[in-house]
Amino acid sequence: MRTRGDLLTGYLFVLPVAVSLTVFLIGPIFYAFYISFHEFSFLAPDQATWVGLENYVKLFHDPRFLKAVANTSFYSLGVVPVQICIALLLALIVDSKIKGKTFFRVVYFLPTVTSTVAVSVMFLYLFKNDGIVNLLLSKLGIPTVDWFNSIHFALPATMMMAIWTTVGQFMVIYLAGLQDIPNELYEAAEVDGATPWQKLRFITWPMLRPTTFFVLIMSIIGTFQVFDQMYVISKGEGGPQDATLTVVFYLYRAAFKDFNMGYASAMAFVLFLIILALTLIQKKFFKEETA
Amino acid sequence: MWRRMSRLLFYAVVIGYAVLTLIPFLWSLYTSLKTTPEIDKLWVPFSHLTIENYKYIVTQFPFFRWFLNSVLIAVAVTLGNLLFNTLAGYALARIRFPGRTLLFYVVLAVMMVPGQVVMIPVYIMLANWGWINTYWGFTIPFLTSSFGIFLMRQFFLSLPRELEEAATIDGLSRWGIFWRIALPLAKPALAAQTIFMFLGNWNSFMWPSLLASSDDMYTLPVGLNSFHWQYVAYWNVDMAGTMFMTIPMIIVFLIFQKWFIKGIATTGLK
Repeated sequence: MRTRGDLLTGYLFVLPVAVSLTVFLIGPIFYAFYISFHEFSFLAPDQATWVGLENYVKLFHDPRFLKAVANTSFYSLGVVPVQICIALLLALIVDSKIKGKTFFRVVYFLPTVTSTVAVSVMFLYLFKNDGIVNLLLSKLGIPTVDWFNSIHFALPATMMMAIWTTVGQFMVIYLAGLQDIPNELYEAAEVDGATPWQKLRFITWPMLRPTTFFVLIMSIIGTFQVFDQMYVISKGEGGPQDATLTVVFYLYRAAFKDFNMGYASAMAFVLFLIILALTLIQKKFFKEETA
Repeated sequence: MWRRMSRLLFYAVVIGYAVLTLIPFLWSLYTSLKTTPEIDKLWVPFSHLTIENYKYIVTQFPFFRWFLNSVLIAVAVTLGNLLFNTLAGYALARIRFPGRTLLFYVVLAVMMVPGQVVMIPVYIMLANWGWINTYWGFTIPFLTSSFGIFLMRQFFLSLPRELEEAATIDGLSRWGIFWRIALPLAKPALAAQTIFMFLGNWNSFMWPSLLASSDDMYTLPVGLNSFHWQYVAYWNVDMAGTMFMTIPMIIVFLIFQKWFIKGIATTGLK
């Protein structure tokens, strides 16, 4: 449909967005790419020198960066599958005929609305050396751990925290997916005498494939950009001994503590490539399975 | 027998996970009401509980100022996004003009780029403009979002065309159609956008901690983080700080919980 003056109206409608995207997103993307080939500090922009691919090469020989990549991958690998399994299970539960359905939906979603900073401070308290988690563990005869100060347990403790905080959000997305499945499918299956397990296996799970894809991508992107929790629990240090140093955290430190902005920009593009690659792999995998 | 057992197990899981979700909140709340000598006691009678810690944080620290900063910034950013993303989403879905497809592809492409890529250039730019530690810096760069534009476009694509055709015949202008026909129908999408933008901005930490250099410009997350570093030994005071930040959001959530959950559910996928 066309009305007179549409051309002008169209441009007026998109003008604010076009300006904002250009100034705060597209321009900066190109500029970041440009400075990633420079030795560049915000404090002395005139002394920027062209170093070619040096920043990128240096990254792969920087043990701290490699450690940050390993930490982030480990974190993602631990959080994503557990998060998705719990979210799906909870969605199935609150979608079934249980008493107090709304109450449980609200309770499970509650952590999602809470700030990661507040949650991190809360978890520091719960998981402290003589905190309630250790107290309960010792009552069960399990040796206690100084969670956030241990090089082995600091990262797993933040993983538990992340799962606790975000499961509700993915549960709600699965809930939407479940409600989009036509009821006739289940009715037909019942006529054929399908067991609840068979219905889950042959109807629910395959019908949820697009939802699972979406949740998976969101979860991977989210975990690869983790920063707030690590920053709060390690007092901005990434410790103990870099155990909670993630890619975005290292990038932040390189840019705003060491003022090594060219190097940090190179890191940002490597992060982008990692996320892009993971997304494309997922997409291919999901397409092949459904084809 | 088997059925009853599985029913029991089912409710055990349901209630068990609910307890797991609630305990961190309740335990923190309980601690925030304890006096300092009793912090580490597992059980403190309710008659000993006090709101002194809350009085202390709001009198000794600018918590109210941080709260107001958070509210002001989150409201401004949310309103900007609602207006600009909705206008653009509508135009991309409904109005034909040269460059429309290109703009849509640009929106899709930049959605893929993690925010950390532009963090450094935008910071330098804001510093050059003198916008660090000002409300301008906290709001202007965040007034639009490619995700929001995408969300609104997808929504407006699904509106039936006949509605607009009828309105044109009745003599409504494009602006009139947008305002009187499309917008009222977009309520669910607008609600979802409001939730995403408000929550995202309210809880945001990395940007505000870069942009705020004096404590009167802190938002609640930044303020709480700096406050926590000073109070690690006094967990009751520290927990009062986290509760000061958490309880208002929980109240807002409980009031709007139907919208919250539906809003995210209906748009999470499209």
